[in-house]
Amino acid sequence: MGRELLDLVFPRIGHARRIGITGPPGSGKSTLVHAVAMLLRRRGQRVAVLAVDPTSPFSGGAILGDRVRMPGAAGDEGFFVRSMASRGSLGGVAATTHEASEVLDAAGFDWILIETVGVGQSELEIVELADTVVLVLVPESGDAVQVMKAGIMEIADVFVINKYDREGGDRLMRDISVTMQITQWSRPEGWVPPICPTVATSDEGIEQVLAEAERHLAWLQEDRPRLERFRAEKLRRRLQMLLSRILLERAWKAAQIDEQLDGAVERIMAGDLSPYRWVAGIELG
Amino acid sequence: MEEKIRVLVAKPGLDGHDRGAKVVASAFRDAGFEVIYTGLHQTPEMIVDAAIQEDVDILSISVLSGAHMTIFPRVLELLRAQGAEGIHVIGGGVIPRADARRLKELGVGEIFGPGTPTSEGVAYVRKWVAARHETQA
Ligand SMILES: Nc1nc2c(ncn2[C@@H]2O[C@H](COP(=O)(O)OP(=O)(O)OP(=O)(O)O)[C@@H](O)[C@H]2O)c(=O)[nH]1
Ligand SMILES: [Mg+2]
Repeated sequence: MGRELLDLVFPRIGHARRIGITGPPGSGKSTLVHAVAMLLRRRGQRVAVLAVDPTSPFSGGAILGDRVRMPGAAGDEGFFVRSMASRGSLGGVAATTHEASEVLDAAGFDWILIETVGVGQSELEIVELADTVVLVLVPESGDAVQVMKAGIMEIADVFVINKYDREGGDRLMRDISVTMQITQWSRPEGWVPPICPTVATSDEGIEQVLAEAERHLAWLQEDRPRLERFRAEKLRRRLQMLLSRILLERAWKAAQIDEQLDGAVERIMAGDLSPYRWVAGIELG
Repeated sequence: MEEKIRVLVAKPGLDGHDRGAKVVASAFRDAGFEVIYTGLHQTPEMIVDAAIQEDVDILSISVLSGAHMTIFPRVLELLRAQGAEGIHVIGGGVIPRADARRLKELGVGEIFGPGTPTSEGVAYVRKWVAARHETQA
């Protein structure tokens, strides 16, 4: 996206509420996003969805299939869906998802729902991007210990246990709430994440998810200094990220890495050089 | 950064399965394209809306139901009506040669019959995108 456009857009952002939806592959994120979006549409709100699916590391291509679950976006001016490929970014969203959300915000959408790729362990960038993060688990996600081990429990402002029509939903629900109690779980500064059971395919529990997200958004607004602090933290991390992207690119070019790479591989394979010595010897131009 | 080619693979109509569309989608993915897949039973209106929202270069439509002479013209008409004629339409399926010729006159880029190797579609898309870049340069 053009830098000039983003420059123009920047002063116009801040209206939209940004909800991140994350969780393991196949947990029902897209189905839930669609259900929440339809509910918002019934309330007359304009909704944009950014749905991220993984880029294949082998071909660089991607099959973006989230839209299959979002039929309501066709023929409705107030419901926009854009699929994005992660393009090698490891944070669970694409490098440009943040920029895209700013453009949609400036375009006047009231809500932006951002679906990440299925989380494994490290795809946590959604925290930077969203005001509220909804973590979608399913009975098959195992017990709370597994969820904690994966390190994704920490990012949830709202827990959803989807596919509650399946066996084991109430067990996981109990398990998470007990774990939260005994570890005195809370997000920074005292927010205690609620747990919502849902069946996204039949619209059950969707109102509660939206209500809890709205409650979290209201909680964020309620303490001005805290909100400013959160925003400053996020902005600082965002600047670091933008900068590291540009610096990497510039330094790579300045040091003429592409020109040297083949030669280095050859010498290292021939045993003339170690990888560590080569890396240490790079001059940044 | 290198521009990714974006393709929407659509399967309109009410006939059963989408195996063919899935084969095309994975071939495009393996060629390094970003493929938006929208599932079964899409109307021309839904397909065109999706193609515009997704800002694709290519719209690939497979039709098995025999309704190609209504679906393709309708898609082209809707694209034009929304000022999106820059999206290039290609198609596949069981389409008689005379119909294919007529569709190409109407503005469909290419029609790939059953049994065409997917590599042909890939090569066609690459060539079309490269040619567009040249005319824009
Ligand atoms: N039984 C049941 N199935 C559901 C429920 N929600 C979603 N599904 C099904 O689960 C499958 C995956 O749903 P998606 O919405 O595509 O899941 P996702 O998390 O977006 O998947 P990825 O984007 O591929 O990670 C689909 O077949 C849905 O119909 C639910 O509440 N109950
Ligand atoms: Mg999905």
